[in-house]
Amino acid sequence: MMEKLIFTKSVAGRKEDYLPELDLPAVDISELLPPQLKRGERPHIPELSEIDVVRHYTRLSRLNYGVDTGFYPLGSCTMKYNPKINEDAANLPGFSQLHPYQPEEYTQGALELMYTTQQYLAEIAGMDAFTLQPAAGAHGEFTGLLIIMAHHAARGDHKRTKVIVPDSSHGTNPATAALCGCSIVQIPSNEDGSVNLEALRAAVGEDTAALMLTNPSTLGLFETQILEIARIVHEAGGLLYYDGANMNAIMGYARPGDMGFDVVHLNLHKTFSTPHGGGGPGSGPVGVKAFLEPYLPKPVVARKEENGTYYLDYDRPHSIGKVKAFYGNFGVVVKAYTYLIMMGREGLKEVSEKAVLNANYLMSLLSPTYHQPFSGPCKHEFIITPKTLKETGIHTMDIAKRLIDYGFHPPTVYFPLIVEEALMIEPTETENKETLDEFAKTLLKIAEEAKVNPGLLQEAPHITPVSRLDEAAAARKPVLRWRPGSGE
Amino acid sequence: MHYLPHTPEQVDAMLKSIGVQSTDELFRDIPESIRLKQPLSLPQGLSENAAWRNLQELAGKNKHAGQYICFLGAGAYEHYQPRAVSHLLSRSEFYTAYTPYQPEISQGTLQAIFEYQTMICELTGMDAANASVYDGATALAEASLMAAEATRRNQMLVSSAIHPEYRATMETYLHGRGISLELTPYWGGLTCQDALGKKINKEVAAVVIQYPNFFGSIENLQQFAEIAHAAGALLIVCADPVSLGVLESPGKLGADIVVGEGQSLGLPLSFGGPYLGFMAAKEKYMRRLPGRIVGKTVDRLGREGFVLTLQAREQHIRREKASSNICSNQALCALSATLYLSLLGPGGLEQVGNQCLQKSHYAKTLLSKIEGVTIPFQVPTFKEFVVKTEESPESINRRLWEAGILGGLDLGRYYPELTNHILLCVTEVRTKEEIDKLARVWGDNV
Repeated sequence: MMEKLIFTKSVAGRKEDYLPELDLPAVDISELLPPQLKRGERPHIPELSEIDVVRHYTRLSRLNYGVDTGFYPLGSCTMKYNPKINEDAANLPGFSQLHPYQPEEYTQGALELMYTTQQYLAEIAGMDAFTLQPAAGAHGEFTGLLIIMAHHAARGDHKRTKVIVPDSSHGTNPATAALCGCSIVQIPSNEDGSVNLEALRAAVGEDTAALMLTNPSTLGLFETQILEIARIVHEAGGLLYYDGANMNAIMGYARPGDMGFDVVHLNLHKTFSTPHGGGGPGSGPVGVKAFLEPYLPKPVVARKEENGTYYLDYDRPHSIGKVKAFYGNFGVVVKAYTYLIMMGREGLKEVSEKAVLNANYLMSLLSPTYHQPFSGPCKHEFIITPKTLKETGIHTMDIAKRLIDYGFHPPTVYFPLIVEEALMIEPTETENKETLDEFAKTLLKIAEEAKVNPGLLQEAPHITPVSRLDEAAAARKPVLRWRPGSGE
Repeated sequence: MHYLPHTPEQVDAMLKSIGVQSTDELFRDIPESIRLKQPLSLPQGLSENAAWRNLQELAGKNKHAGQYICFLGAGAYEHYQPRAVSHLLSRSEFYTAYTPYQPEISQGTLQAIFEYQTMICELTGMDAANASVYDGATALAEASLMAAEATRRNQMLVSSAIHPEYRATMETYLHGRGISLELTPYWGGLTCQDALGKKINKEVAAVVIQYPNFFGSIENLQQFAEIAHAAGALLIVCADPVSLGVLESPGKLGADIVVGEGQSLGLPLSFGGPYLGFMAAKEKYMRRLPGRIVGKTVDRLGREGFVLTLQAREQHIRREKASSNICSNQALCALSATLYLSLLGPGGLEQVGNQCLQKSHYAKTLLSKIEGVTIPFQVPTFKEFVVKTEESPESINRRLWEAGILGGLDLGRYYPELTNHILLCVTEVRTKEEIDKLARVWGDNV
């Protein structure tokens, strides 16, 4: 059952009073607000009692699927379990009720937490300095690329306006380059999914600002030629940008800084177990090698050697400026810090070990039935396609939707774009063997169903309050809001 | 180890299924020369109990707004959040979900965002809203990019009475696109209409005004809309949403794009984030909005439901031609604002707005009676206002702090000409007694 819109449940005059009576002498409103600035018509937001609101949104929550609901093998998104202590930590009043403009002497705990997180992330990524200011991975990319551009500009090298990305890259990479005023050079991948070095050599030149790469790649494969790639880009005068979306696969095993990357972003909401919240808030800290440190956005959280106190350093003449107000999504950083101190050095390595183990195990269970475009080992995610089911007329989307009927969230579909009919699966380290076995069994069963009764898949899902929705109609005639008087 | 469920026997069985001897073999593709030879230089992991003690210790080193009477605002505000908000937000079906790419099992998030979009449109007087961006500052930056694209012009005419950190963020965003940012002065606490009128030209894509502005003064938007539109430019308004329960909607006064910081809608201070950037526009600009947008549609049986829509604007489809690079937004913060508005209703929101007006006015009047304190800007203000002092802001704030009061923002930090000026904030949560105490301690400096 779907839920009616909250606006249609509103009853004029019904209300809850959360405020006490005004406890001081009231002044006539016309003395405080000129009539032309006073609101004429009240906004049509709902008039409901608390129980109405609680029931409405509780019911909506039940139409949702989260990691706590079930297995969420969404490739490249790293939907791992989010420990409950993380939530409690961010809600401690000493963190949640802290004003960003309070004097530094009364925010030492928060600054220490941020400083320590920066240090830990730098160690994990093999970089020299970090900023926590970016609010999401894509925001981190923007920050990182601006740092690279500032570096070129400081050397008087204004020709470097081209950003190279492999054709398997995340859509955010090209969009970010455009946002920074750069143009994109896309290079093809080899048959085995690795970067085509010939194409890279042909693409670099005196106009190369950067190469943006994730390693392991979006195909779930470690780019073994990375040192050669770094050499080619650096010799051409460009810098190497690391998209940290896949960091969950290599913590404690390898570091982008040691591979030749100059700038990285990490997604705290992926690798460091801060929940995705239905699409945010995230956090995308950016790490740099020492020579790029002067360009970090300001302020930078720093520590005074003489007395061990922490402060916000605004005195940074070469900084790219600010990428958002204040200091970043601090509440998200608290959650990541909690995770970091609980996992520690061995724990983080074991996270990657088990994430990779789970992915390879799941791939081993599926590979006899589903086509596997690249041979292993994979890292924390892998790609399969229903190529073997081609004659059934079944597409990737049909398999994804049928999984819903069996209680699973579908994997990422049709990404990366270079693999036809891709299903991109990332089990993460927090799932147990029983879940992976059950998931594999279900995918094998669906392959059987495809042969016997393809219609069952094509009309899936069957158990949800709505089935496949008409996205084309939604875009053609957009209805983006409810209007008063429109009823339902 | 925490959150890793495998038993040694299971690991063996899994390795066998894969056909390798050890997990190390699964990392054989990482070249020897870049493989980490030693453990990460980090402390050992802590038990949950030990981690909790560490967190409490760090939180305890901070003095927070719950312990002190807070008169500090300047872009981050202490408003009352009904207790039901956090209870509903802690439903893990909401907070552990991903971006709703699979609409059949994400109708909860999708419908909540549709309701959020509607409420933002209602508050701002706009036709379409997105599902949020990172914060007020980035919302303003994104709106500027939108206006530049829509008008094919490359200059922003920006009031200097806009939050300085928002202006700084805009500069960072606009720089790469070759769009310049021209500041226009304030006079008497309000954006100077004459100066703006003289500065506007056919290169200006948008006039950018904050409402109420950084000094808390309520700008007369209509006059700026007229100036902007006469020159073929748009009016972008950065509004405090909580003020829109009592202030006329920017849409009614001629705004084309309205953005703002949604933290006022019941989100905690959280040392500056996560906050909520909201963004709404007139229908004409709907397809230029960045980021996620939810739309209503039907399934094959004609049942109504919600999907992410207009995705052709977005980075994962359109790549370098996308309207922005935004991917993750602030969905859970948007849900929080939706809950806040649903619980308060139009009456509750108006009440919050009225009490902000009344209480800040009361504080302003009381402080103005203190010797050495004057009110430099004699204009209508909402919940913040500026006072000029003879004593240094630092000295006053220190005295206040000792009495358990978190004082205002030293404006000299951002506006050199406003040395010895303090920006104070009085929201509905402050009581008469607390305001009286502020005045008493402030005035008692002999």
